[in-house]
Amino acid sequence: MAIVSTKKNWINLTIWVVIIALIIAAPTFLPVFRLNLLGRYLSLAIVALGVDLIWGFTGMLSLGQGIFFALGGYCAAMFLQLNSSEGFPNGIPEFFGLYGIEKLPFFWEPFRSSIFTLFSIWLLPAIIAGLFGYLVFRNRIKGVYFSILTQAALLVFFNFFNGQQKLINGTNGLKTDVTELFGQMVGSEIMQRWFFWLTAILVIFAWLFSRWIVRDRFGDILIGIRDDEPRVRFTGYNPVVFKTIIFSIAGGLAGISGALYTVQSGIVSPQFMTVPFSIEMVIWVAVGGRGTLLGAILGAVFINYAKSLVSEALPASWMFIQGGLFIFVVTALPEGVLGWIRRGGLKELLYLMGINKKLKTYPKLEVNEQGEVKS
Amino acid sequence: MNSPLLEIQQISVSFDGFLALNDLNLVLNEGDLRAVIGPNGAGKTTFLDVITGKVLPTKGDVIFKDKSLIGQKEYRIARKGIGRKFQSPRIFKNLSVQENLALSVSRPKTPFSLLFNNLKVKQLDKIQHLMSIVNLQSKSNIKAGALSHGQKQWLEIAMLVGQDPDLLLVDEPVAGLTDEETDLTADLLKSLAGDHTILVIDHDMEFIRRLDCPVSVLHQGHILKEGSMSQIEKDPLVIEIYLGQSEEEV
Repeated sequence: MAIVSTKKNWINLTIWVVIIALIIAAPTFLPVFRLNLLGRYLSLAIVALGVDLIWGFTGMLSLGQGIFFALGGYCAAMFLQLNSSEGFPNGIPEFFGLYGIEKLPFFWEPFRSSIFTLFSIWLLPAIIAGLFGYLVFRNRIKGVYFSILTQAALLVFFNFFNGQQKLINGTNGLKTDVTELFGQMVGSEIMQRWFFWLTAILVIFAWLFSRWIVRDRFGDILIGIRDDEPRVRFTGYNPVVFKTIIFSIAGGLAGISGALYTVQSGIVSPQFMTVPFSIEMVIWVAVGGRGTLLGAILGAVFINYAKSLVSEALPASWMFIQGGLFIFVVTALPEGVLGWIRRGGLKELLYLMGINKKLKTYPKLEVNEQGEVKS
Repeated sequence: MNSPLLEIQQISVSFDGFLALNDLNLVLNEGDLRAVIGPNGAGKTTFLDVITGKVLPTKGDVIFKDKSLIGQKEYRIARKGIGRKFQSPRIFKNLSVQENLALSVSRPKTPFSLLFNNLKVKQLDKIQHLMSIVNLQSKSNIKAGALSHGQKQWLEIAMLVGQDPDLLLVDEPVAGLTDEETDLTADLLKSLAGDHTILVIDHDMEFIRRLDCPVSVLHQGHILKEGSMSQIEKDPLVIEIYLGQSEEEV
């Protein structure tokens, strides 16, 4: 076992050195446009970490993480809009004027405070996820029914946000790139560079936090819930509490991710709550490697980067490539790319290409007089 | 005399009109080792489901340590000191032997404690001790899913003991085991009796004979007969419904 875990550590270490080197080097050699894309995709890695915690570890396939992602984005956008609305009629964001609204809706008020906003970005999605999760898990809804329920919830949120022009500008969403923060335009180059750094740091913290969650027995219980929930109960643990906590954490991570994505893409809109987007989050994790955490980060960044490169070269072909990739991974690499590498997949590949040779027999073992293998 | 550890009072369970358990009574005192036998469909597993809170009885009561268990959640019943081993071994197959046992010995069983408290030396010692009881020390870091069938059964028994239960409910511990493993399991259960109260459900006669303990025969949802194995074997009614039948099958 020691050999396996050392190998795993080596793979992890190598990947992290490469990631950190790339992040540090990125701002110097990437044009601002590309850097901004990388920042966005790094922020998506945070929501992917949450998906990995609830799906990869705990076995709950949520198709509704877009809810929490978008909520985080809306929290950030509401603050930025209020922060920059002094010049507009009634001192409220400009779009309200289009609908003849003169008074700010009540739930906007607290978002004048930057501290409230900083908390609400992750706390609000976490609370909503916790409440939703508790009700669902208490009634022992799981498996496919859970997935359908999360998707239904996603549609409810989408329709609500899409239809409420007078409250949150409906389908148009809230723009952030022309708002101001610290006296700078949020969409300006200097701010975008700062957001890139912030995102990179938060990805690493989100990863460390997730690692800490699953590192010991708490993570073991999550895996236990995935593999055999009744056994967890008869061992004296209440699975409802564990599932609610982890679903709430995933919601909080999604909120942070959504806020970072919003400020870097310049807008939050109900498009964040569409069904395909939430399913894509699951694909990133499946391709990167379920239950590996690092795989979720790599999956989110690489698939999205590939998406933008492919879409630039061959518009309209991305959906086919993504679908094909998903089918390939599910059938050929069920543990995802990282899971495959950790299982010694690279060696296998070299062998298939004729570069490496396989051992023909078992390695020689030393045997003592009783015929037992010496260790 | 002390009141019994577990008292099952006139339990009936009806599944859509079918009586899986019918007016079942059973008393277990502290330190008892008791075997329950019965043909397939006699209600053996339903009987354990009622005690552990998985199935709500239609009528009757289950008294454990002078308190009723009816309507309590499974995990609460487990925390009160009832451990259950399932018919097919149920262990966490993606966790190592050691991790499986760590989950069973952890106290208190709250998320907070699992995240912030490390296992105490006493608990680590207990894990080592449990592994030595069931002979799994050399496999401590192996994933439980890679163990043989017999080792999985033992690991599950060790996990039960790790919960420090007063009452162990063991459902068919020797299903699919070799003769040698069966004998070892019987010895293991006998050595655990005394410190724990144990209820074993099985229909392997050799195994029950080796346990050398009082036997209750379950038939069509109620206790048909209680007594030692030699008494049971001679009872004409029991022979007719159960033993005779199984001999013909062989």
